[in-house]
Amino acid sequence: MKKRFIYADNAATTRVSEPVLQAMMPYFTEQYGNASSIYELGRSAKKALETARETVAKSIGAEPSEIYFTSCGSESDNWAIRSVCERLTPKGKKHIITSVFEHHAILHTCQALEKNGFEVTYLPVYENGIVKPEDVKNAIREDTAIVTIMYANNEIGTIQPVEEIAAVCKEKGVIFHTDAVQAVGHVKIDVHAQGIDMLSISGHKIHAQKGVGALYVRKGIPMTNLIYGGAQERNRRAGTENLPAIVGFAKAMELANTDIEERGRKTAVLRDRLIDGILKLPRTRLNGDREKRLPGTVNISIEGVEGESLLLMLDMNGICASSGSACTSGSLDPSHVLLALGLKHEVAHGSLRLSINEDTTDEDVDYILEVVPKVVNRLRDMSPLWERICKEESV
Amino acid sequence: MLYSEKVLDHFSNPRNVGEIEDADGIGEVGNAKCGDIMKMYLKIDNGIISDVKFKTFGCGAAVATSSMATELIKGKPIEDALKLTNKAVVEALDGLPAVKLHCSVLAEQAIKSALSDYYTRQGIDPLPIVGEISECEHCH
Repeated sequence: MKKRFIYADNAATTRVSEPVLQAMMPYFTEQYGNASSIYELGRSAKKALETARETVAKSIGAEPSEIYFTSCGSESDNWAIRSVCERLTPKGKKHIITSVFEHHAILHTCQALEKNGFEVTYLPVYENGIVKPEDVKNAIREDTAIVTIMYANNEIGTIQPVEEIAAVCKEKGVIFHTDAVQAVGHVKIDVHAQGIDMLSISGHKIHAQKGVGALYVRKGIPMTNLIYGGAQERNRRAGTENLPAIVGFAKAMELANTDIEERGRKTAVLRDRLIDGILKLPRTRLNGDREKRLPGTVNISIEGVEGESLLLMLDMNGICASSGSACTSGSLDPSHVLLALGLKHEVAHGSLRLSINEDTTDEDVDYILEVVPKVVNRLRDMSPLWERICKEESV
Repeated sequence: MLYSEKVLDHFSNPRNVGEIEDADGIGEVGNAKCGDIMKMYLKIDNGIISDVKFKTFGCGAAVATSSMATELIKGKPIEDALKLTNKAVVEALDGLPAVKLHCSVLAEQAIKSALSDYYTRQGIDPLPIVGEISECEHCH
C-alpha cells in the first residue's frame, strides 16, 4: 500500500482555494487603498468592500446592511450574544437559552455572562445530538434575552432544526442567534425565509483564509459597539478593513453556495461509505443522527483505543483527522459534545472525526478504509482496555 | 503540542509490547475514564528483571513512556527498577510536553505495581520495599 496524503479535517480548517487566492491577490499590492480614503484608490477599495458585503448577504438571503465583517466565527458569536444581552439588560432581560454541546465560543461567552448575573439554560441534545424545539419553547421565559443554538455541530456534524427553533422564538418574541460556522457553504441557508435573527460565519471553513468572518444581524436588532474608533462597519467595529481577506471571503461564499446541493450529495455518498466501512469494525458506533448531518462529517467512537494514539498513527499514514479525546482537547476530560450524547468517558476518549469535502475522492476513501482498521487493530492489540472488553464479551 | 523524535519513535515502534504468560509480577495502573491504562509484566530471575512486557491504552506519550520504562529496567537488578523515577523516563525520551508529564508518573507506578505483585507472590510485604503507589492525581 502506497502512502498517500489525505486531508480529512475540513471541519478544523480548509485549504484556501485557487479562485479565492486569485481574487485576493490584487488587494495586496495594487488595490491596497484604505476604504475610508477619498481618492480613487480608496474609493475602489470601498467599492470592493461593499460588493463583498453584497455577495455575502446574497448568499445567505440577507440585506447587505445586515452584514458585519468580523475576524472569525468566535468573534461573531461573542459579539452577537454580548450585544443582545447588554442592550436588553435595561429591559429586565437576564436569561439565555443555549445547548450543552455548543462551540466554546458560545459556552464560554455564556459562562462569562453568568458571572455578570445572567441565568443560562443549557438544553440537552439527546442521544442523536439534536435539540428539541419544544425544549426551547418550554425554556423561554419573560426575561429571556436570546436563544443561541448552533446550526450544525462541529464535532459530530448533526444539523439542528433551526427553522422550528426560529419559529418558536418568533412566537415568543425572543431573538434567535445561530452559530452557523460549520453549516455555511454545506447547507442552503436563507436567513429571512428561515426566520433567523443573527448568524455567525467563518471564512476559513469554506476555503477562505483564516482571520475573517461575518455576523448577520437582522435589521432592528440592538447592537453594541465592539471596537471604538473609526466609522467602519457602520460605527460598530472600528479598524481598517482587512480587504484582501474580505474579498477572498466573499469569493469563497459565492463559490460555496454554487451547486451546494449537488456538491453535498456527492460528498454525502463518500461520507456514507466511510461510516459503513468503519462501522464494520466491532465495538464502534456512529455519533449523532445518521440522517440529519452535514454531508462531510463523520464521528465514530472506537472502543478500546485512545483518540490521540489513533490520530498519531493515522498521521504516520498520511491521514489528517481529529478526535474528541481528552489528550487532544488539551483538558483532562474528553469532548463535552460526546459526553452530552451520553457516551461514557472511556468511549468518548476513542472517538475519530473525519471531515471530508468535495475534493475528497473515492480513492481517498478506499485508502482511509484500508488504513483505519489496520491502525485500530494494532492499537487494540496493545490495549489492556480492549483485552478487558473482549474478556467481558466472551463471559 | 510537540513530541520529541524519541517519543514519536517509541510510540510508532514501541519496545517490549505484549504479555508474559508465566510472569512473576503483573501491575496495572490508571483507569479507562481518564484515558490511560498501563499493564506491566515482569519475569524475574535471581533478582534480575530478565524480561518485561507491557500493554497500554492511552495517548502517544503513554505508549512512549511505557516503552521507554521497559527499556530502562530490562536486564537490570530489581533495586535499579525500584529506583526508576518518572523524571528519568522523561529525560530518556528527551522531554515531554508539560500536560503529558502524568503519563511518565503512570509508567513509574506501573513498574512499582508489578514489583509489588512480585513481592506479594513471594509472601513478602511489598509496602516497606516498594512503598505506597498513589492514585493518579489527575483522576482524583
